[in-house]
Amino acid sequence: MLKIYNDGRRITASISGDIDHHSARELRMSIDDVIASSRPELLIIDMENVGFMDSSGVGLILGRLKAVKAVGGELLVKNARKEIADVIGFSGLSSVIATSHSEKRDYSTL
Amino acid sequence: MKRKLLNECTIRFPAFSRNESLSRSVSAAFAAQFDPTAADIAAVKIAVSEAVTNAVVHAYTDRDRAENARVEMSVRLYEGGFLRIIIKDKGRGISDVEQAMKPEFTTAPESEERSGLGFTVMSSFMDSIKVRSAVGRGTIVTLEKQLTTYENGENE
Repeated sequence: MLKIYNDGRRITASISGDIDHHSARELRMSIDDVIASSRPELLIIDMENVGFMDSSGVGLILGRLKAVKAVGGELLVKNARKEIADVIGFSGLSSVIATSHSEKRDYSTL
Repeated sequence: MKRKLLNECTIRFPAFSRNESLSRSVSAAFAAQFDPTAADIAAVKIAVSEAVTNAVVHAYTDRDRAENARVEMSVRLYEGGFLRIIIKDKGRGISDVEQAMKPEFTTAPESEERSGLGFTVMSSFMDSIKVRSAVGRGTIVTLEKQLTTYENGENE
């Protein structure tokens, strides 16, 4: 399931449940719709309520990174639990994972 | 060493993507009988999800899927908390297994369906992975893991 919070400049996509190949398709389409219509400066993918993620989730993140960069924005993944962060790490994508420090430093003014 | 089989379970299901979560749940419920750590359960779920998703995405065409495409998963637990999971399809097979297992190798780089990390994830979370495949006949993935159960933890 997906909840989108959109203030025009920053979009938070809060995902809940499992991210696998089956669920990724719909998540991908919904998030891409809002990227295209709002052209955000920052897309935050909030993983707090994600119970499970496999490598299909890495494809989802990579693809959204490309989509948001194409409109001049940035991507941040927040609240990823250790197992999820480990899976993201296999792709060399760890730099998109927020630590409280990077979030404070870069995005507090948004 | 021949291990004593304590319990086993086999499920066979159509190669539909919605069955990816079914296979994860079954493998987790099976492993949970032996009181493993939460980390072990998470490892089993993710490895099964990767293997079954590969079968759903790569083994069969949509036409196969409409007909009789099936994936079979067997989960076996042996004495001492040794778990073996076998995931089998009768799909198109993999012509070069060694290449397919390389990190970020993918047959569909633009589709974003998969990141090319499936085998990397399986290898990382399990103790061993074996892949046997024959073009036109199918693929068998065998995953093994020594679970850290309450019982064998006590014995250490």
